[in-house]
Amino acid sequence: MLVLDKTNFETEVLQGEGYILVDFFGDGCAPCEALMPHVEELSKKYGDKIKFTKLNTTKARRVAIGQKVLGLPVIAIYKDGEKIEELVKEDATPENIEAMIKKYI
Amino acid sequence: MSKVYDVLIIGAGPAGLSAGIYAGRARLSTLIIEKEKDGGQIVLTSEVENYPGCLEGESGPTLVDRMAEQAKHFGAEKVYDEIVEVKLEGKEKVLVGKKGEYKGKTVIIASGAASRPIGCPGEKTFTGKGVSYCATCDAAFFEDLEVFVVGGGDTAVEEALYLTKFARKVTIIHRRNELRAAKSIQEKAKANPKIDFIWDSVVKEIKGDGIVNSMVLENVKTKELTEIVADEDDMTFGIFVFIGYEPKTKMFEGILELQNGYIVTDDNMRTNVEGVFAAGDVRVKSLRQVVTAAADGAIAAVQAEKYIEEL
Repeated sequence: MLVLDKTNFETEVLQGEGYILVDFFGDGCAPCEALMPHVEELSKKYGDKIKFTKLNTTKARRVAIGQKVLGLPVIAIYKDGEKIEELVKEDATPENIEAMIKKYI
Repeated sequence: MSKVYDVLIIGAGPAGLSAGIYAGRARLSTLIIEKEKDGGQIVLTSEVENYPGCLEGESGPTLVDRMAEQAKHFGAEKVYDEIVEVKLEGKEKVLVGKKGEYKGKTVIIASGAASRPIGCPGEKTFTGKGVSYCATCDAAFFEDLEVFVVGGGDTAVEEALYLTKFARKVTIIHRRNELRAAKSIQEKAKANPKIDFIWDSVVKEIKGDGIVNSMVLENVKTKELTEIVADEDDMTFGIFVFIGYEPKTKMFEGILELQNGYIVTDDNMRTNVEGVFAAGDVRVKSLRQVVTAAADGAIAAVQAEKYIEEL
């Protein structure tokens, strides 16, 4: 998974082409930690079709708020720089994420 | 998948892990089934002050990590799966998960509880958009912003204190005119210059445009409505909800005796079905804390052992 930060979010996601998945997580967020291995797993399965990325929002708070992300975890899918779907907090389960990915491949 | 365990434990929070420690130590073959991550509710807590033996700096996750390690040390196995169906009657109990089936002579239900929502319009829409039930997850977003905490119990006030490390101002909204939290925590909150209170009030509606930017409060005594709007420069504020918990017992309806959704047990954690026990927040009890969850787990495991001996 490509590691994003506040300097490359713009170029990698907002100016990116095609489908990009972003895992928004944060320091000390236990549910985020629990979810991450599942997303890593999905990146192995679908990584050739969708670009998988992750952003530590603790170090990129303004970027996250700019994306209307104010709670974690969030798994979002962007298409050509536009956020088209996201799963927030309890909705962000491995099953729901896989189902969301399948809609766009 | 054909192995029949002595003890199946649903949930790896303090109750389930404690049951795992006691069952494992009694040399019972034990399987703990956790749907997501060890720890349950307590991993959302930034500071655990009142569990005996916990000193300053102990957090929910650090405490639970050691409990999990201890259960593993005594031989309790663990699997990550979500139980969706249970067959509890008879000598062999079957738990059906999304990934597999698990069989056991006894079952200890320690599935815990989840945060209770306010239940007002806008709450669901703005969850993760300003509305949160997890301070350790989301506090950092509100650095230098305003935050409202809904609730007046221990958790609400403790988390309000934690939030003062990030937020410019923290206002506790409580439906009564005094807090229910322990006196020591209340004193800390009242002495904190960043903490303010709105008494006798409940949240009626949460509004915004993509993210929260206002909410409507009702004074429960005067029925007066007030709208709180985010500061123009801030654009948003946080609403952290800590008004209690709801048990996760839907799949036991019609099988186990429930009271307001909580599982009814006797003093020995026995439910109305033989060989099925409940421990921790999921059962009817007067105090839901890590210390009582751990105690329940221990009792349930010892009773499960007794039940197996008599089979």
